[in-house]
Amino acid sequence: MQVELRDIRKYFGRVKANDGISLVLKPGKIYALVGENGAGKSTLMKILSGYQPPTSGEILLDGQPVRFHSPADALAKGVGMLYQDPLDMPPFRVIDNYLLGRSNSVRLNYKEARNELEGLSKRYGFEIDVHATIDSLSMGERQQLELVRLLAGGAQVLILDEPTTGISAEQKEILFESMRKMTREEGKTVILVSHKLEEVQELCVYAYVLRRGQLVGEQELPCLNEQLVEMMFGQVPKRSQRPPFAVREPVLELQDVNIETYQITVPDINLSVRAGEIFGLAGLEGSGQRLVMQACSGLVAPAKGRVRLGGQDVTGWSYHRLQKFGMAYVPAGRLEEGLVAGLTLTEHLVLARPDKKFFVDWKENRQEMAERITTYQIVGRPESTADQLSGGNQQRLLFSLLNTPLKLLLLEHPTRGLDVRSSDYIWQLLYKRRDHGTAILFISADLDEIIEHCDRIAVFSGGVMSRILDARETTAEELGHFIGGQV
Amino acid sequence: MNNAQLIAVLASIVLQASPLIIAVCGEILTERSGVVNLSLDGTMLMAAMTGFVVGMLTNNVWAGFAVGALVGAIFASIVAFGSIRLNQSQVAIGFVLTLLGDDLSAFLGQNYTRMKGVTVPHYGIPILKDIPVIGPIFFNQDIVVYFAMFLIVGTWWWLNKTQPGLKLRGSGERPTAAFARGVDVNRLRYVYTILGGALVGIAGAAYSLDVKIGWSDGHIRGMGWIALAIVIFGGWSPIRGAFGALLFGATKALATILQRAFPEVSVVAFNSIPWLLMILVLLAVGSDYTERGIKAMPKSWQQPLRRVLRVSPPMALGTPFKEG
Repeated sequence: MQVELRDIRKYFGRVKANDGISLVLKPGKIYALVGENGAGKSTLMKILSGYQPPTSGEILLDGQPVRFHSPADALAKGVGMLYQDPLDMPPFRVIDNYLLGRSNSVRLNYKEARNELEGLSKRYGFEIDVHATIDSLSMGERQQLELVRLLAGGAQVLILDEPTTGISAEQKEILFESMRKMTREEGKTVILVSHKLEEVQELCVYAYVLRRGQLVGEQELPCLNEQLVEMMFGQVPKRSQRPPFAVREPVLELQDVNIETYQITVPDINLSVRAGEIFGLAGLEGSGQRLVMQACSGLVAPAKGRVRLGGQDVTGWSYHRLQKFGMAYVPAGRLEEGLVAGLTLTEHLVLARPDKKFFVDWKENRQEMAERITTYQIVGRPESTADQLSGGNQQRLLFSLLNTPLKLLLLEHPTRGLDVRSSDYIWQLLYKRRDHGTAILFISADLDEIIEHCDRIAVFSGGVMSRILDARETTAEELGHFIGGQV
Repeated sequence: MNNAQLIAVLASIVLQASPLIIAVCGEILTERSGVVNLSLDGTMLMAAMTGFVVGMLTNNVWAGFAVGALVGAIFASIVAFGSIRLNQSQVAIGFVLTLLGDDLSAFLGQNYTRMKGVTVPHYGIPILKDIPVIGPIFFNQDIVVYFAMFLIVGTWWWLNKTQPGLKLRGSGERPTAAFARGVDVNRLRYVYTILGGALVGIAGAAYSLDVKIGWSDGHIRGMGWIALAIVIFGGWSPIRGAFGALLFGATKALATILQRAFPEVSVVAFNSIPWLLMILVLLAVGSDYTERGIKAMPKSWQQPLRRVLRVSPPMALGTPFKEG
């Protein structure tokens, strides 16, 4: 199915999220849509998949102008979207999730649905257990199920939003292979929205580049990454070099640590992280790496073993006691766990500073926050509330609130959802921390990020810390196989 | 106690539990769609009063039930309108409606207290009622009991075996995903909130016209809260909810029997047994301790046990949904 977008505009108040975008997508090809954070990619794809109507502009499918009233309507007309977090029903059985919304009759035809589901899965090389419940599936399997559901619903055009985040290397291969099959053999149209240019180059034949709501370039692929990056940012942002690092004394030591929850048991963690070292924990979501981080931060008490921080035995210490001792934890959910949506930046600073007086010196705090806003290049004012900031600026705010000096900095997905330039800035900040002797422990689903920035990497699979790797002697591909549980 | 007496006690437990079961099924339909109707206690009092009065004035028991259902639907539509359309707190609206129903029923019903009205006729189902033991307990009753039994199976079937049931559950779990599949989430929530409210109204009328005949101030005060607790207790499943209602009825019957056996102990002590049991179960279901208990069991038992003992509310329960 050929898709044509004509002069699509979407305004939110004075903000022009999409400002006159026109492009053509031909059947049988895989396209890439790239651009920095806030360039308007998601808005455009939401319009194309029926989640939002455009302010003005036209969508044509095979030359016919169409108007989508809802996502279901868009799917009925042939356009389906796979979200990064698939829109499925976690407690449902696979078959019920598949059937929901498929028909308007009262009866459910399980037999037919099962045959259909298994037939489609087989065609694309997916393996889905029909009897499982959704919440027991991996992210990759949930994606496959959602894809099958969209295809069964009649999707001729598929939009995939950051589909490779949080899935294993094999699942990524299966996904890419299925997309090639859909386009080459079945003439479907596929659009990949991604920050990972390596994947874009590997899979797509043509890229559209957005910047500030406008289409600023198009390019046949593969090409040099720099060409795409230049179109995305207007210039090639220079990437910071990894500064040299001298080994110092151990800061964080885990000795025979066991962690038990009702879902998973993480046995026998032995780990020693040195001052100034950047240490990555790699693994699929739910493999135990997050629990290890939480054990280091005092949020989870280990069932067995000792935790030492700076030589001091801190086993069983509470989160707040560890915080005072020089530990900081930056969680993944910026607005959910890290910041308070309705509070201003200055109020955040007051909460974060260690010396708590009964009366707050607002003037002094406002000045201090203004200084930090400049230092950390946050786009915002001391009196802005945290939820008014963009994702990248929220992350900068979190970093600006960290106290100095720190013995240990724990991070979850430090650059998730950020574009190349914002990520690079975050890492510059982290390198500065490391120079001051802070040990940095982080988890990330982005294997390239782990390889690029870590000194050493611990690999987790199925709750077991299977090995510790030297990042300089490992490739992202090898790492991908290790976290998938392969030797 | 001989067999005949025991059967009579069991039959009365079933009768006593029936209005509760009806209210529980109604509230399950509402909550599974993502809305909490907290006004049950006030709704049932209002429905009991109006149902009794209309039944008496028209001399028609079914007219009483119809008015009870209508009152329940009206209360529920206030909850629905306030929370879905106006985006107000479901808890606050439901709570105020509870207080309103309590006082309004006392005020409007003050001239009708302790009067003789119409009642639901007894109707034993031919053949079935002659089955030994089961017959007299379940099938030698009246239509309120049969309706409750029908609702247990009907609600379960609707929720688990039909396409509209999937849409209903989907709206309460993840409304965005349901919307993406073509479900008009807010319209669906209106429908099930009002339908659930009508059932709660019927439950209220079932008290004043059948199970606890008549009207007096605060006649069945507390039963709405019990129904709400049983919905949680039963993990939002009609079958487990029905068990909860029966268990509650059984402990009440037990309290009465114990009371007779130990007349020297205060009445209040025995009356608190059902509450004690209920709070213990609420604390135990789905807690860490339950999980530890399950882990100590043999491997093959763990999954089925977990299915019975672990409950989780509909994920989007009480949260409003906005399209786009």
